[in-house]
Amino acid sequence: METVIEISGISKRYQVGQDARFYDSFREALTQALRKPWRNSHNGSGKHNGQKNGNTFWALRDISFDVQKGDTVGIIGSNGAGKSTLLKIISRITDPTEGHIKVRGRMASLLEVGTGFHPELTGRENIYLNGAILGMRKAEIDSKFEEIVSFAGIGKFLDTPVKRYSSGMYVRLAFSIAAHLDPEILIVDEVLAVGDAAFQKKCLGKMAEACSRAKTVFFVSHNLAAVENLCTRGVVLQQGKLVFSGNARQAIDYYLHNLVSEGSAPNSHIIDLSCAAGRPVRYRPQLKRLELYTEDGRPLMGDLPVGGPMKAVIHFYLEEPCSSFDASLAFDTPSGQRVCTAHSAYESGRVHEERVGDQVFVCDIPSLPLIPGEYKLHVGLDIRNTEVDWVEDATRLTVINSDFYGTGVIPTKGQFLLDNRWTMSSPLEPEVSLRGKV
Amino acid sequence: MAAAIELEIKPHQGWQRIDFRELWHYRELLAFLVWRDVKVRYRQTALGGLWAILQPLIAMLIFTGLFASVAKIRTDSVPYSLFVYAGLVPWTFFANAVTLSSNSLIGADQMIRKIYFPRLLVPMGVIVALGLDMLIGFGFIAFLMAYHHWPVTANLVWLPLFMFGTFLAASGLGLALSALNVQYRDVKYVVPFFTQMALFLTPVLYPMRYVPQKIAVYLAFNPMAGMVEGFRYAVLGSPVSWPLVASSLGICMLLFAGGLFVFRRMERTFSDII
Repeated sequence: METVIEISGISKRYQVGQDARFYDSFREALTQALRKPWRNSHNGSGKHNGQKNGNTFWALRDISFDVQKGDTVGIIGSNGAGKSTLLKIISRITDPTEGHIKVRGRMASLLEVGTGFHPELTGRENIYLNGAILGMRKAEIDSKFEEIVSFAGIGKFLDTPVKRYSSGMYVRLAFSIAAHLDPEILIVDEVLAVGDAAFQKKCLGKMAEACSRAKTVFFVSHNLAAVENLCTRGVVLQQGKLVFSGNARQAIDYYLHNLVSEGSAPNSHIIDLSCAAGRPVRYRPQLKRLELYTEDGRPLMGDLPVGGPMKAVIHFYLEEPCSSFDASLAFDTPSGQRVCTAHSAYESGRVHEERVGDQVFVCDIPSLPLIPGEYKLHVGLDIRNTEVDWVEDATRLTVINSDFYGTGVIPTKGQFLLDNRWTMSSPLEPEVSLRGKV
Repeated sequence: MAAAIELEIKPHQGWQRIDFRELWHYRELLAFLVWRDVKVRYRQTALGGLWAILQPLIAMLIFTGLFASVAKIRTDSVPYSLFVYAGLVPWTFFANAVTLSSNSLIGADQMIRKIYFPRLLVPMGVIVALGLDMLIGFGFIAFLMAYHHWPVTANLVWLPLFMFGTFLAASGLGLALSALNVQYRDVKYVVPFFTQMALFLTPVLYPMRYVPQKIAVYLAFNPMAGMVEGFRYAVLGSPVSWPLVASSLGICMLLFAGGLFVFRRMERTFSDII
């Protein structure tokens, strides 16, 4: 085995909440600008103890591991564990604060698809520009051009500015260019979450192809199913530290058993959302509280029988008067696959009067026919059909065995329980009884 | 076979050397960035590349009206309009290059956050692309000279030197300002004001000999003073003060080297603070 990436003692420290005060006056900004480089170099390799030290924050602490040629390494961790920071350091986008990495081989990184796309340029022009930004030579782009165009399926729009593309076409083109990179080491972050379902499947296929060309791949995704399918090795990060390194399956198990429940309080039916960890940083907390009850109003403590009824009460706050707002409740498997979503916008003919301030939405689910197992609940709030708040993994719900069909048989495969009826029909005239069903 | 390409990623502190090998490796990307800027600049405009001529032309008409008739500036035998236009072409390049390149990094924030490439290419691409506008401007000077029956002299061989000097000064300032702009958006507001004021401190609208000796000494520190005078010497055959040219050229080179190193020093934090 040949080591192609050697990561030793990588740490990254960020400054937290600086700067604002430097803007007080232009004069001060200038003197700061002149002084800054020198000041930085003096405490550049300063001491560190603990996660947070004054107004600095260690996003990564002393990460070391090796990657062998041909490995596909999945990096797993909850939000803020340092996955993206690690990829950014390996991709050379940002410098580590300490430690070093040795890379042997031609490396390309895809932290995003369509980087550098210019809306005014045509599809053809963007293929060349984006290709060059990703590190392809012009000759290389020339030779792969036809393939890129046909994979993206944008044929006749090749000479249209991409600003007139549908978002699906745009993403397909962007991914297609990225998929035709041919490096020895590929670094990928979440780019699989693009396009419609059919194209996502195509992308996964292309990714698997890249992985199997005996290349080394570094892969970060919240989609554990994809990690399991594509990766040979897994590395688990927790709060900036490496806590597990091994084969992909073991890494996912470790993650699911040790880390996912951290922070949530599954034994309460009232979940405070105002300072939940699963909220993307760009959102202001407008969702306040989630309460779960059984049908008859008893608190639901996280266990629900298969097909049982539930009631969710979502407390939220409207900052300004508004008559178009919706709440949603999404159910995921622990590995991050969306099973179903309850959304107030799905209901027809629902009109609100204008409201402002504290509000409550009540969602009645007469029957939740999911197969037994653990589910993550996400809560969302939309205003005028735009998502304004979202809490990932707000709480966990365990669906427990119960006699859904009244036969004592409960399926363990698939995602949900289907209400279905069967009758026997004479083999001589099968169409007759089937016609009634279809 | 152990892969030949070995890369070491480690913390960078303090001053950095300029990695010419890497820049050479990325030369195609520079070409693509220049090509993108040229393509995009005048897209969806009715007049397109004509703006490269119109911008200094309109300024020339206003200044000619103002200075030739009101302030009564005499420019020897050179028609004032030709005199001003020959100064405005390099000046417009310089002012646009500094303004656009100083905003170029924050305009490319998405790229900087998501992929590695030598960051120098962003402001340099903008400046090189503007070079095309300067060439179009020179085409129009040739037209004006023909119109005024003004002869071309052998001085023209010096033109590349002054273009190069202007390029150095614009890049040096553009690099340093674009890097500062990442952290201090004040730059965005200061630069347009600075280029407006600097126009009057540069012999664009008046010949150098109008400047009193006491002040002329200070103008020698203005890199563009010698360059603009030099352009007129090369294109129109106007008299030039060589000490002024030499001192301006020296300043141009210092600015370029300074800008380059300031940029290299600050670039490692770009992706974190942009």
